[in-house]
Amino acid sequence: MTQQYEFRAKGLPYLLVLPQMVVVFVFFFWPSLQGVWQSFFLQDPFGGHLIFVGLENYTRLFTDPSYAYGESFRVSVAFAGAVAVLSMVVALFLATQANKKIHFSSFYKTMMIWPYAVATMIAGVLWLFMFNPNVGVLAWVMKHKLGIEWNHLLNSNQAFLLITIAASWKQISYNFVFFLAGLQSVPNDLVEAAAIDGAGPTRRFWAIIFPLLSPTTFYLLVMNLVYGFFETFPIVHQVTAGGPGQATSILVYKVWRDGYVNLDLGGSSAQSVILMIMVISLTVIQFRFIERRVHY
Amino acid sequence: MKRISFAILALCLVATSAFAAPIGLDFWHAMTGKNAEYVQIIADKFNASQSLYKINPVFKGSYIDTMTAGIAAYRAKSAPAIIQVFEVGTATMMAAKVIKPVYQLMKETGQKFDPKIYIPTITSYYSTSKGEMLSLPFNSSTSVMYYNKDAFRAAGLDPEKPPVTWPEFFEVAKKLKASGMEGGFSTNWISWIQLENFSAWHNQPFGTKANGFEGLGTELVFNTPLIQKHFETIYQLSKDKVFIYGGRENKANPLFTSGQVGMHFESIGGYANFKNTCKFDFGVARLPYYPEVAGAPQNSIIGGASLWVFDGKSKDEYKGIAQFFTFLSTPEIQALWHQNTGYLPITTAAYELTKSQGFYDKNPGPEVAIKQLLNKAPTKNSMGIRFGNFAFIREVEDQTWEDILAGKISVKDGLDSMVLYGNSQLRQFERLNK
Repeated sequence: MTQQYEFRAKGLPYLLVLPQMVVVFVFFFWPSLQGVWQSFFLQDPFGGHLIFVGLENYTRLFTDPSYAYGESFRVSVAFAGAVAVLSMVVALFLATQANKKIHFSSFYKTMMIWPYAVATMIAGVLWLFMFNPNVGVLAWVMKHKLGIEWNHLLNSNQAFLLITIAASWKQISYNFVFFLAGLQSVPNDLVEAAAIDGAGPTRRFWAIIFPLLSPTTFYLLVMNLVYGFFETFPIVHQVTAGGPGQATSILVYKVWRDGYVNLDLGGSSAQSVILMIMVISLTVIQFRFIERRVHY
Repeated sequence: MKRISFAILALCLVATSAFAAPIGLDFWHAMTGKNAEYVQIIADKFNASQSLYKINPVFKGSYIDTMTAGIAAYRAKSAPAIIQVFEVGTATMMAAKVIKPVYQLMKETGQKFDPKIYIPTITSYYSTSKGEMLSLPFNSSTSVMYYNKDAFRAAGLDPEKPPVTWPEFFEVAKKLKASGMEGGFSTNWISWIQLENFSAWHNQPFGTKANGFEGLGTELVFNTPLIQKHFETIYQLSKDKVFIYGGRENKANPLFTSGQVGMHFESIGGYANFKNTCKFDFGVARLPYYPEVAGAPQNSIIGGASLWVFDGKSKDEYKGIAQFFTFLSTPEIQALWHQNTGYLPITTAAYELTKSQGFYDKNPGPEVAIKQLLNKAPTKNSMGIRFGNFAFIREVEDQTWEDILAGKISVKDGLDSMVLYGNSQLRQFERLNK
């Protein structure tokens, strides 16, 4: 039994959470509300002219082909999905290998975690240097040794592949840590019992270890999707700048580009409201369904 | 006793007048490296030349960062005294009604100001159609052709005779490629060089209403047979790797500096950079033109940035700013800036001074650019470019150009959609600023 304490003064708890609420209000709610407000107006960047346009900023996104918003939506979903799958599969494989009893395992583990400490912007630059069609080392090797014409400046599939690899590379470290921790908490006696019953390593992995990892896997799935959708801005900014054409112009890149560079505050606010709705939905899904359904 | 206190009082008075803190004037800029060094040197020279004002240069990041910072500061009522804004932001600054036009500033503060001392093609970019200067040109450049003289020699071409017309140019490019180079040529800034400057150089309109100088009701009109032919030629040459695409903005530079292509289009502002990085002998030439176009070559237009002054400052601050602008326009300061940064001088006197100092004997490149700007008196098609939402329009042009090169869209459809989408941005800008 846990003991419960009760505050005698009814106002005290509210007073104690007040500082936190002020921070949340000033830095999160207030800007969000301003974003919603601005999404209904056309305005010049200096705030001089202001025209109420209702939902026009939203309809413009989906009807004006020069915004290519639907296309950006499709690219973002594909990109977030590809990053989540790629980085989780690779991380799970590496974690199962590092979890074996091998020499220097702590050295491997440390090295695996390192990329996570690299700032996303720098990660983008590193990959760009290697794959730059004109001066990149790997682009040169592919062209002159393998006969593959690498030009992500014009080939949209290659551009997509490049940002997916760059974004995943960093995220693998994060996933690796969680998977390794998950693997270490799988009870050894279960695995040994299965081994005695004659299950091979593959069978043991799929029948016992993988299901027991499911809380970790689902948690990481949500985290990776959020990462793919919302935190990969620096990679796109550095590596492709949304190109070629608009082939890698994912939603978070577009919202920045339209607001900051093109100074279309109304259109950019409308986009950020849409992003806000997406984040809220993802969070609700995580708390409502996944956290309840997945067995810990 | 009385005498002593009087002496102290007198001393204090002298002290306060002699050591009165000068009025600080923040100058937000986006210059890096050597250019930033010279911004500071010029500010120091001005501060040492008088004691009433102190110009304080502050680096604010890229052009876009600087402009956005200025917007945020203006909205928070803490705008800097002077802000450097790149040419793309010109129409936005003009339309927003937040500025103190330079001609007005000079008049109100009683500064001697003669608009005629400035090079017309440079000041016209930042003036009204009546010739009233709105912002002071600061770092101005124009696009030129760079060519690798060593590669010309290797291909059996005369390094002192760069191609003059586009048909000659394409032939030379093919020869360079055939001589064993990776490619023939590349270009930076597809919109600025191959559309805006291309149009001005051929005395063709890029947009209606004198490229936007005469009103917000302007429309883009560059989807002409001439530009279509030009782009189709480049597209065909890209298939044979005679033209190599190197990326947006100035990202194609490594193609030239690493010797992969023999000819390249870039701003004259990149001259100093090329001098440092190119391990070969290179030359600067005028932009090529199509000889069948009547009136070509006209004059090229500028790029770069100018200095803007916000409204709502005190009289004393405006006096200081005006004095600094006069100082900036002196031939000595302009020549110093021009010779050390590669940007163009904004006054004819500074050009003459540089010439008399023998600078162009050792550095012929910058003079080619100046002569190209001064080639003829600017017409309605070659004063400059003034469009709202221009960052967006240039972005659409970049994107569509990539789609054309990737074979996703034909040249004609590509040019048409650039114009169509660009015009919808212009209409939105017009609606907002009416």
